[in-house]
Amino acid sequence: MKIAVTAQGSDQKAMLDPRFGRTKYFVVFNDESNAYDVIDNSNVDQVAHGAGPLAVQMIADAAIDVVITGNGPGGNAARGLQTAGIQVYLCKEEKTVEEAIEAFKKGELTKF
Amino acid sequence: MRIAFASGKGGTGKTTLSVNFALYLSRSRDVLLTDFDVEEPDSHLFIQGEKVRQLKRYVEVPQVNESLCDLCGICRKVCNFHAITQLGKHLMIFPQLCHSCYACVEFCPQKALVMVPEELGALTETRQDRLRFVEARLNIGKEMAVPLIKQAAEFIEQQYPGQLVIIDAPPGTSCPVVQTIRYSDYVVLVTEPTPFGLHDLTLAVDTVRQLDRPFGVIINKDDGEENDVVRYCREEGVEILVKVPHQRSIAETYARGLSLYDKNPVFLEQMILLQEKLAEKGV
Amino acid sequence: MKEIVVISGKGGTGKTVITSALAYAMGDRCVVADCDVDAADMHLIFKPMQQEETDFYSGEEPEMAVEHCIQCGLCVEKCRFGAIKLSEDSIEMDPFACEGCGLCARICPQGAITMKSRYVGASYVSTIRTGTVMAHARLLPGGENSGKLVAHTKKIAREQAETKGLDIILVDGSPGIGCPVISSLSGATYVLLVTEATESAFHDMKRVIELVKKFRIPVGCIINKHDLNPDLTKRVEQYLLENAIPTLGMFEYDEAVQHAVKAGKTINEYAPGRFKDRIEMITDRILNEEIK
Repeated sequence: MKIAVTAQGSDQKAMLDPRFGRTKYFVVFNDESNAYDVIDNSNVDQVAHGAGPLAVQMIADAAIDVVITGNGPGGNAARGLQTAGIQVYLCKEEKTVEEAIEAFKKGELTKF
Repeated sequence: MRIAFASGKGGTGKTTLSVNFALYLSRSRDVLLTDFDVEEPDSHLFIQGEKVRQLKRYVEVPQVNESLCDLCGICRKVCNFHAITQLGKHLMIFPQLCHSCYACVEFCPQKALVMVPEELGALTETRQDRLRFVEARLNIGKEMAVPLIKQAAEFIEQQYPGQLVIIDAPPGTSCPVVQTIRYSDYVVLVTEPTPFGLHDLTLAVDTVRQLDRPFGVIINKDDGEENDVVRYCREEGVEILVKVPHQRSIAETYARGLSLYDKNPVFLEQMILLQEKLAEKGV
Repeated sequence: MKEIVVISGKGGTGKTVITSALAYAMGDRCVVADCDVDAADMHLIFKPMQQEETDFYSGEEPEMAVEHCIQCGLCVEKCRFGAIKLSEDSIEMDPFACEGCGLCARICPQGAITMKSRYVGASYVSTIRTGTVMAHARLLPGGENSGKLVAHTKKIAREQAETKGLDIILVDGSPGIGCPVISSLSGATYVLLVTEATESAFHDMKRVIELVKKFRIPVGCIINKHDLNPDLTKRVEQYLLENAIPTLGMFEYDEAVQHAVKAGKTINEYAPGRFKDRIEMITDRILNEEIK
C-alpha cells in the first residue's frame, strides 16, 4: 500500500501540510518496501485554477492508495480522489509525516 | 437603456439603491430589474410578486466516448484549466474548471470528445406590477459567473428588447463586474464617504473608464460634511448624481428587508432626483 | 502555526473593521495577510510601509506576431469568446473578452500566436504600525482574484511568520463562496465569521457556513449592528446555536466605527473605552479555542 502525506518539506521528518491541492510536497510511504519517496508539488504556485485536480492527477499517476492531509481536499479534488478510489484520512494535529503515518496505522485518524 | 449599479466594494448599498430605484420607477413605467451577482444574488429579498417562469441555464462541458478514447493524453495537455484528469483507464472531467473553450474537442485525434450541456444555474423571472425582475443564480458549487451573466444578458435582450433595464452588479472589479459593465450603457457607482469607499471607488472608476462607459456617482450614507470622496470627484471631473443621507431610520428599514422608497421621504427625494439626473442622459 | 481566517459571505458586514481590530490587539504576536484582494482595504487602516513588491502573473494571454499572420481567420473562427478581431492590416486581441484558453495559439497554422503569462497585479510585504508585517496584493481592474493569489499571499505571510519566530497568521479572507474563499480557508485552523443583523447578510452567512462545515475547522461568529433588528439577531443566534457555532461577540450600530475608519484607525485604537476590552476578550477566546 502506498500512503501519500501532504507535507511542508520533502522527507518523513517534515511537518504535515493542512492543504491538499496547494501543498508543497507529497511524501509517499510504501509499506511493502518500508521506503519513503517524494512528489514535488511546488510548481502549484504557478497554477491559478484547478490546483486540486492537478494534484489528483499526480497522486493517481503514482498509484497512491491512501492520502493523509490536515483539512481535507476541496470540492474538485475530493470528487477526483473518490472517483479514483483513493481514500483520504485527516490528521488534525501538528505532526510530522512519520508521526501521521503511525497514527494512521493505529487507526487514530478520521476518514474524510 | 441599460443602467448598472456597481461599486468597488461590497456593502455600499448598491442593491438597496438599484432595487428601490427600479421599484420607484415602476410606479409609472415598465422596468426590468436584474441581479447579476450570480454567486450571492440578494435583491430578491426585497421583491414580492408572482413568479412568471424559471429557466435552467447550461454551459457546455466535454464528455468522453470511452470506446473511441485511446488515452493519448492530448486533451489534458491542451486544456489550460486542468479540467481533464486521467485516472487509470478513465478520463475525469471537472466541469467547474471548464471554460467551454472547445480546445479538447478540437484537438482530440480520435474525435472521442463532444461538448454536452451541464446545468449551471437558473434564471427566475418575477413580476410585481410594472416591474419585471430577472434573477440569475448559480447552482450551489458552481463558480463560473461570467457564462451565466452572459446568458442572462442574452435572455433579457431577446425577451425584452428596448426595455429600460436596471442591473444590480456584483461587487468588486473582477471578471463578472467587467462583463456587467460591458453589457451596460451607463454605470452608477455607489460609494460611501469613508476611506474604504473612496479607495474602492477609485478602482471602480478605473475599471469603468477602461471599458469606456459613461458613469456617475451616488454617495450613500452621506454625513453632509465635506469629505474625500467629494474632493476626489471634483478633482477627477466625476459627476455626483445624488447623495443619500446617513440616517439610522434608513439603516433600520433596510435591516428588516423592507423597501425604502415608499416608507422614507428623504430616501424618496433622492430617487426623484436620481430620475431627473438620469433623464438628462436619455433615460 | 495558527491560521485565523476572517470571512463574511457578504461584503460590508464589518469584516475588515473586525480583522484590523484583532490585528491591533495582537500587535507583534501575529503576521497579517490581506486576502480580500478585490477590495484590499486593510491597508487603508494600516497605511503599510512597503518593503517588497513582486509582480504577479495569473493565466495567459496571446501575443500576436503580426508579420507571420496570413489572415486565414482560423483563430477568429475557433475563438469561443469573440476575443480576436481581424482587420485588413492587423489582428487584435480583446483582453476583457479573452479567457486565456490558448486554443488560438495551438491552432494557428503559422505559429504566429504565442501564449504569455498575464500580468494581473502585484503582491507586497509591508510593515504596519502594530509592530508587525502584512502581506497584501493589488489586482488590475478585470484581474481575477483566484485561489492562486490568495495562496500566494498566505504563503508570504507564513514565510514572514517563520522568519520572525511567530506562530499566528491573521487572514482577512475573501468574500463570497467561490475559489478565493476556499483558498482562504484551506490552511485555516480557526474561522471567524463576521455577519450583521440584516436579511441579506444572514442569507449569505448560511451559504458560507455550508462551505466551512465541510472543512471541519472550528468556527466562531461576531454579529454586528445587532440592535438594528433584534428579532433577526435572535434568529441568527438560534441558527448559530443549532450549528454549534459560538457567538464570540455582538456589536451595536455605532457611529464611532465610521469615525474610526475615517480617521484611519482601528476601532479599539480610536475608541478604546468602547471597544478595547471586548476585542481583547474575543482575541483571547479565539486563541484559546486553538489550543483545544
